[in-house]
Amino acid sequence: MSATSVSSDRVDHLWKGVRAGVPIFVASAPFAVLFGAMAVENGLTVAQAVLMSAAVYGGASQMVGIELFGQHVAPWLIVFSIFAVNFRHVLYSAAIGQHVPHWSPLRKAVAFFFLVDPVFAESERRVENGKRITIIWYAGMALPMYCSWILMTWIGAEFGSQVMPDAHAIGLDFLLSIYFLGLVMGFRKRPRWLPVVLVSAVVSVIAYRTIGSPWHVSIGALAGILLAAALPPRAALPLEAAAVEEATS
Amino acid sequence: MSVNLWIILLGGLATYLTRIGGHIVLSRFDSIHPRVQAGLEAVPAAVLTTLVAPAAMNGGPAEWSALLVAALVCLRAPMFIGFVAGAAVLIAMRHWLA
Repeated sequence: MSATSVSSDRVDHLWKGVRAGVPIFVASAPFAVLFGAMAVENGLTVAQAVLMSAAVYGGASQMVGIELFGQHVAPWLIVFSIFAVNFRHVLYSAAIGQHVPHWSPLRKAVAFFFLVDPVFAESERRVENGKRITIIWYAGMALPMYCSWILMTWIGAEFGSQVMPDAHAIGLDFLLSIYFLGLVMGFRKRPRWLPVVLVSAVVSVIAYRTIGSPWHVSIGALAGILLAAALPPRAALPLEAAAVEEATS
Repeated sequence: MSVNLWIILLGGLATYLTRIGGHIVLSRFDSIHPRVQAGLEAVPAAVLTTLVAPAAMNGGPAEWSALLVAALVCLRAPMFIGFVAGAAVLIAMRHWLA
């Protein structure tokens, strides 16, 4: 293979990656703006909001984080909540890791930082089509999404409060709950989903009324997780299939 | 450094551990116990449900309608469409009920 065809291969992979990434960064942009606006409303500076998007880079967990910032809870509990919400990601690198044996450990360590839900879904789709996940394709797909996430956070943090004057009228205080419900619905094809959701909902409401926020999150979640582990195991989906289903739904 | 800064940086580190942890741990095992796997699979739905339930309980007709519409639309359409539909119902009903 000549040097020119190797480099045109690379350009081709990069371009295909960028194209695969366009829908996902467009779809995520409103959430980054929403996060930026909410973060400032909850007492973060613009710089802190942008730093959080760059360092954590996980929409739902960032929303949970700033929700707790606003309630003056113990710092370790906020970190733990971010960890808990992002825990699903352990499935992603476990699944993708099997498709990239040609990546060095360092390459994996860097690439998996960017392995958010839609990046995982696009990667699995590429494997499904019988193509290799090259690092150049992956970078072309994942990096624009990351840059857009940070930029849109800044826009939301800087201008959000001016664009959205009446938080209640435009539903800003409740949009997060709708967003989280949408995420919950996305997991509905998983085994034991309904019992887990029902038990977590009931236990968290009871804990919210008796013990108080934010303990209802850990207590309610633990109840659902223990229930899932205790129910008789069904013919479990292979790990990878379960994760793909979740990321693409 | 401010407490907020520490929370953000440690939250970023914790998130990074979840992103590489799965590969590091599971590449060392051929299989994981079915009950552990069942518990892991339940984590996101369980955690996110606990964030919705108390807020829904504290809401009124506008909030309940918004959640119902969002959930129904999510059955047929991508999650983002469901989110927009729920938000539209919320804003419209708050406007009319106000």
